[in-house]
Amino acid sequence: MNALDLSRWQFGITTVYHFIFVPLTIGLSVLVAGMQTAWHRTRNPLYLRMTTFFGKLFLINFAMGVLTGIVQEFQFGMNWSDYSRFVGDVFGAPLAMEGLLAFFLESTFLGLWIFGWGRLSPRLHLATIWLAAFGTIMSAYFILAANSWMQHPVGYRLDPETGRAELTSIWEVLTNPTTLVTFPHVIFGAFLTGGMFVAGVSAWHLARRRDVPLFRRAMRAGLVFSLVAALGVTVSGDVQARVMTEQQPMKMAAAEALYETTSHASFSLLTIGSLDGGEELWSLRVPHVLSFMATGAPDGTVEGVNDVQRAYEERYGPGGYTPVIPITYWTFRLMIGMGLLAGLLAAAGLWLTRRGRLPGGPWFHRAALAGVALPFLANTMGWIFTEMGRQPWVVMGLMRTRDGVSPDVGTAEVVTSLTVFTVLYAALAVVAGALMARYARQGPPPQDRTPGADEPMPVFSY
Amino acid sequence: MEPTTVWFTLIAVLWTGYFVLEGFDFGVGVLLPVLAPRRRALDGGGTTEVDRRLMINSIGPVWDGNEVWLLVAGGATFAAFPEWYATLFSGFYLPLLVILLALIVRGVAFEYRGKVDSARWRRNWDRAIFWGSLIPAFLWGVAFANIVRGVPLDAEHHYTGTLFTLLNPYALLGGLTTLAVFTLHGAVFLALKTDGEIRWRARGLLTRLCAPVAVVAAGFLAFTQIEHGRPMTWVTAGAAAAALLGGLAAALRGREGWAFTGTAVAIALTVATLFGDLWPNVMPSSTADAFSLTVHNAASTDYTLKVMTWVAVLFTPVVLVYQGWTYWVFRRRLTREIIAPVETGSGAEAAR
Repeated sequence: MNALDLSRWQFGITTVYHFIFVPLTIGLSVLVAGMQTAWHRTRNPLYLRMTTFFGKLFLINFAMGVLTGIVQEFQFGMNWSDYSRFVGDVFGAPLAMEGLLAFFLESTFLGLWIFGWGRLSPRLHLATIWLAAFGTIMSAYFILAANSWMQHPVGYRLDPETGRAELTSIWEVLTNPTTLVTFPHVIFGAFLTGGMFVAGVSAWHLARRRDVPLFRRAMRAGLVFSLVAALGVTVSGDVQARVMTEQQPMKMAAAEALYETTSHASFSLLTIGSLDGGEELWSLRVPHVLSFMATGAPDGTVEGVNDVQRAYEERYGPGGYTPVIPITYWTFRLMIGMGLLAGLLAAAGLWLTRRGRLPGGPWFHRAALAGVALPFLANTMGWIFTEMGRQPWVVMGLMRTRDGVSPDVGTAEVVTSLTVFTVLYAALAVVAGALMARYARQGPPPQDRTPGADEPMPVFSY
Repeated sequence: MEPTTVWFTLIAVLWTGYFVLEGFDFGVGVLLPVLAPRRRALDGGGTTEVDRRLMINSIGPVWDGNEVWLLVAGGATFAAFPEWYATLFSGFYLPLLVILLALIVRGVAFEYRGKVDSARWRRNWDRAIFWGSLIPAFLWGVAFANIVRGVPLDAEHHYTGTLFTLLNPYALLGGLTTLAVFTLHGAVFLALKTDGEIRWRARGLLTRLCAPVAVVAAGFLAFTQIEHGRPMTWVTAGAAAAALLGGLAAALRGREGWAFTGTAVAIALTVATLFGDLWPNVMPSSTADAFSLTVHNAASTDYTLKVMTWVAVLFTPVVLVYQGWTYWVFRRRLTREIIAPVETGSGAEAAR
């Protein structure tokens, strides 16, 4: 492996790892803010205990998201310096805005939230968690605007002298149609992650009949949140598929391993075979669905890999323009499948717990716990799909990934960093996972009174 | 003023914010085993643990916000001077990697050390806090000294040196300076923000730290100015030295507010001196002057710089207001009494 391959692995590993924590941060920040709002409105101590319990889990996760995010800010320059030189004029702007408008907001107000219990007025203290939650969502917007520019560059021109991309309209970059559909898709995905997390942890305690009133409410809230989020993910994903087909036809063709242009295209739930355009051994197909996804009409024509490859060769010169099909094929359907399954579990959970019911079978709680894992996996599959599906481009149609790597960073250096990041991240995953499990199992601390201003109360300080 | 000048200044301001703010929380991390040593404790470590938690809680509400200054400095450099961002971070690959690892481990340590009631668990995270504060405090000085001194860059602005190119005596002196000054800054911060034993220990340490820190910092500034100085930066360097000495004098007389102002101003003026010496380069090439990265050949287009100027002008004051407000909210000195013992087993930490 050369420095290019290693740098790609490093970017993949560090980014996928970072994005395990981020969606939970976004989803949980809103849910915890909601719980604290419920306490603020009702003064029911149950909601305060709920807030501190899930708040603690939120903080264990938040730290990991923030700290692995530091690497993200710098590794464009470290490993992708030629990419950075090429895109900096355009791509740097949303990144800098993310720092100034979002990172400061979330870190400062979260610090105030953690340490401000009893120090700030209850109303002001409640505002801090909402502002932190707003910061995390803003952060997603700006980084998605940057990523969307790589998927579908807009608002730029190429400098004829330097050959670099130059910003011509910040407005076009921030309102890129790709951003406008990706943002809700990612945010609803994050809400689904947070909702299923709250529901799953609550189910674990309900199975042991602990704190039933608290966890029943938390579970129902998590499930409602998840169900709404799942609908949001589905609708935004449906719109996104059509935008993607229009902007990146190769990605849609690769998502289905559709080699020949086809109308009335079916969607295969799974395929046994090599996915190389040769004979498949067996597949399970739903008629018209791919055409509908890609075009909005059941008889729409979907371009196949071979036609797009030919068209790209004409436009960009000879070369391979096809991503690794088995990866795009499987990540695409795993993303959809796991997301839908999570939504179905949420709906089933709401039905089973309707009007005070509390199912006791072990299968119910096992399903709820499995439901925690599904959105995480769906998020990961989605990102692997959309980034691998763009290959060989790092910026669609403008720059190939292999041309973006740092020429002055040697293989030995990347081997070092890749090894160290992988080992450190694995170790931290064990620590964070163990802490998370420990506190999730422990349940909320007993507390039967509401604290007054400046009165000591259990908080999250170090 | 030209947009490139504005952004050169703004980048300097962001690094100033970073070093003034994260400087003291690095210092607190370095001082953790110094001001609350385990071997001194006669009661089995009970007071040591309270003292350590007191120190960590003194920076608790703010260290993460302080670190964001670094992220914004990085992002702003990417947006305003992409060539600088690309050359600097790919050229200084391994030192930057070490800094990132240190910052990750240190941040996790702050969040996780109190989450399990075990002496071994806490001891390991305390080590992470110490090394995770000391290493970046040192390496940032090495990095900035090298930027001012110039590093081998070819015509394409690619770094052609090795790791050892960066470890020259001048840069190591720069590293020692930032480490020493940040440690001092942290001691002053602790004297300002705590009361009781830790405050007295911090003061005692200050009297011993004064002379060596002043000598190292003055030496670094003098070397820098003799090699790279210009009239205007002699003024800032002199003022930095004066602010440091003034801060130390105030510290020795127990005027902690003034002492902190002094060390903060000294750090700010040192950053101003380094950036002033650098201008109009952003990364001089030691290979050939023509290969240097300057504010002109490293910059984004005027349009991008103008857009970013508007963003900075509109939102930086807002950030300053709410971060300043945070310091106001947590202005009260911390004492052992308000750091109540950890409730063992329940996992719920102490009230404040």
